[in-house]
Amino acid sequence: MDINDKNYNLSVEIDKIHLRNPTMLASGILGISQSIFERLYKENVGAVVTKSISVNPMKGYPNPTVISIGGGSYLNAVGLSNPGVDAFSKELSKNKKIPIMISLVGSSEKEFSRMVKVFDSLSILGYEINLSCPHVSKMGMEVGDDPEAVNKIVKTVRMNTTKPISVKVGVGSIDVVELARVAIDAGANIITAINTLRAMTIDIETMMPILSNRVGGLSGTAIKPIGVRCVYEISKNIKAPVIGCGGVSSWQDIIEYMMAGASAVQIGSVLGSNGPKIFNRITKDLKNYVEKKGMKNISEIVGIAHKY
Amino acid sequence: MPTNIDNRRIVRIEQTIVETPTVKTLVFKDSLSHTAKPGQFLMIWIPRIEEIPMSVMINSKDGYAAVTIRKSGVGSTALFERKTGDLVGLRGPYGNSYTLKKSYKKILIAGGGTGLVPLLRLASYAQKLKIQSTVIIGARTKGEVFFENIARKIIQDNDSSLKICTDDGSYGIRGTTVELMSKVLHENTFDCVFTCGPELMMRKVVDLSNENSIPVEASLERYMKCGIGICGSCCLDASLVCQDGTVFSGRQLSKMLDFGNSYRDKDGQRINYS
Repeated sequence: MDINDKNYNLSVEIDKIHLRNPTMLASGILGISQSIFERLYKENVGAVVTKSISVNPMKGYPNPTVISIGGGSYLNAVGLSNPGVDAFSKELSKNKKIPIMISLVGSSEKEFSRMVKVFDSLSILGYEINLSCPHVSKMGMEVGDDPEAVNKIVKTVRMNTTKPISVKVGVGSIDVVELARVAIDAGANIITAINTLRAMTIDIETMMPILSNRVGGLSGTAIKPIGVRCVYEISKNIKAPVIGCGGVSSWQDIIEYMMAGASAVQIGSVLGSNGPKIFNRITKDLKNYVEKKGMKNISEIVGIAHKY
Repeated sequence: MPTNIDNRRIVRIEQTIVETPTVKTLVFKDSLSHTAKPGQFLMIWIPRIEEIPMSVMINSKDGYAAVTIRKSGVGSTALFERKTGDLVGLRGPYGNSYTLKKSYKKILIAGGGTGLVPLLRLASYAQKLKIQSTVIIGARTKGEVFFENIARKIIQDNDSSLKICTDDGSYGIRGTTVELMSKVLHENTFDCVFTCGPELMMRKVVDLSNENSIPVEASLERYMKCGIGICGSCCLDASLVCQDGTVFSGRQLSKMLDFGNSYRDKDGQRINYS
C-alpha cells in the first residue's frame, strides 16, 4: 500500500474480518439508511454497525429518547426502534462495497434464526448480537443476564451462518468476562464491549424524569474508563478478538482502547457534536500517530498494556 | 443566561394566541430562541408526553420567542392544549439557516401554513438588511389564512409586498402558492426564492425556481428523535435534516430522491408521500 494512502498502516484483522482502519460506527447511531452508510464510508469509516434489528418493526419509545447531559455524555432510551428484518433487508439489498455488520436483537432463538436466514445472503461482514441494551424488557440485557439464553441464542445464530458473529456485552448483573466466555463457548467469534449503562436523570423544575421510559442508557465520555476496563479484562481472560466501544470521542481514545486489547473501536455519541466527518479526522490522526511511533501497523499496540 | 444550546431550559408560557381553530402560537421568554436564525428549530418538551421539533417563531419583545403549532399528532396536540402559565422544556436552537446574502436586492418568500414561521423570521432579517421581499402566503381556504397581520407589520417599509392566495378563492387571489409564484416570476426578477410549507408544495417551488435559474432554499421537516445528529430518523438521502439542514439549497434538493417523495416513519421504514 502507498504511504500516501489515508489508511496506510491502519488496516486491522478481527477474526475473518479485514478492515481498512480500526474505526467503526457503533450500533444505534444513524444506522437505518444505506445512503448514510455510503456517506460514512466516504468519510473513511472502517465499518458500520446497523441499528439493532428485530423480527418485527419497532417504533421505540415516545420522545424524549435522547438527552445530552453535558460534558460529551448522553442518556438514551430510544427503545430499539427499527424497521424490522424485511424492510431492512430491502434497505441493504443493493449494498456491495460498504463493510456492514448487522446488529440483531430479539427475545427468542426462533427470532434470531429467522433474521439470520433473511440477512445471510446480503453482502455483509457478519453479525453483532445485542445482548446488552439496558432499557427494553425481554430483549437486550434481560437476555444477556441469563447465561443459558445467551448460550442458546448464540448457538442458533451459529447454526445459521458461517459469517463472523460478535456478541455485544454490557455491564449487567453478570460479570462481563463470564458473559463473554459463555458467548465464545457457544460459537461467537468476537466480543464487542460495552453497551450503555443503566442510568436516569430528573428535571428538578418539573420534578419529572425526562426520558419517557424514565430509565435509559448512559453513553459518551462518562463511560469510557468502564469500557476500557471491560475490554482489558475480557482480552486478558478470553481468547477472542474484542471490539471496544463506549465514550470514544478522539483518536487518543481509540489508541487507549486498542492498548487495552481492542482490535477495532466503535464510535457513537460523539457523532452528535461532530457529524460523520469525525471518521476522516480521527483516521488521519491515527495515521500520524502510527508514523510518529515508527510502527509498521497500528495492530502492534493491541493489548500492549497487558505487558505491565 | 444560558449559552449551551443543549442545556434544557424550562420556560413558562406567557401568552397563547389562537391563529385558527387548529393552530396556536405559544409565547415564552428564552434569549437563545429570541436570537435564533431563520430555519433553526427547538426541541420542545411537553413533560411526560412528548418532545417535538418546532421552528422558532419570531416575537417582537426583547428576549422572547414563540412556537406555532398545528394540532395533529400526540405531541403537537398536547402542546396545542398548553395554557398560559404552563411549563414546557426546550433545547436548541439547532440546525443551519437560510442564507441572506448582502448583495441581494429582492427576494421571493413563498410559504403556507406553519411553514411561514421560519419565513417570517427571515423576512424580518431581510428588512433589517434593506432587502425587498415579496411574500406569498398560500392556504386552502380563508379560514386557514393566518399571520397576515404580523407579515404586514414585518414588511411594512422598503416597498415589500404581501400576496395572499387560497385554493378555493375565498380570500385573496384564487389559486395555489405555486400558480401565484409562477405569475409573480413573470413580472419580476428575484435574487433568491425562500420556501417552507408542505413538502409537495416545496418540491414544486424548488422545481419552478430551478427552471427559472433562480437560487432557491427550502426548510424541511422530518420526524426526529434526538435533533442532534445521533438517531438518524430525519435522514433525507445521505443528509440529516437536524444537522445538515433544516435548510437545503435547490441544487442539493434536486439531487435528492427522498425530497418530495418519501420520509422515515418512527420505526425507520421509508414511507411515500401519497
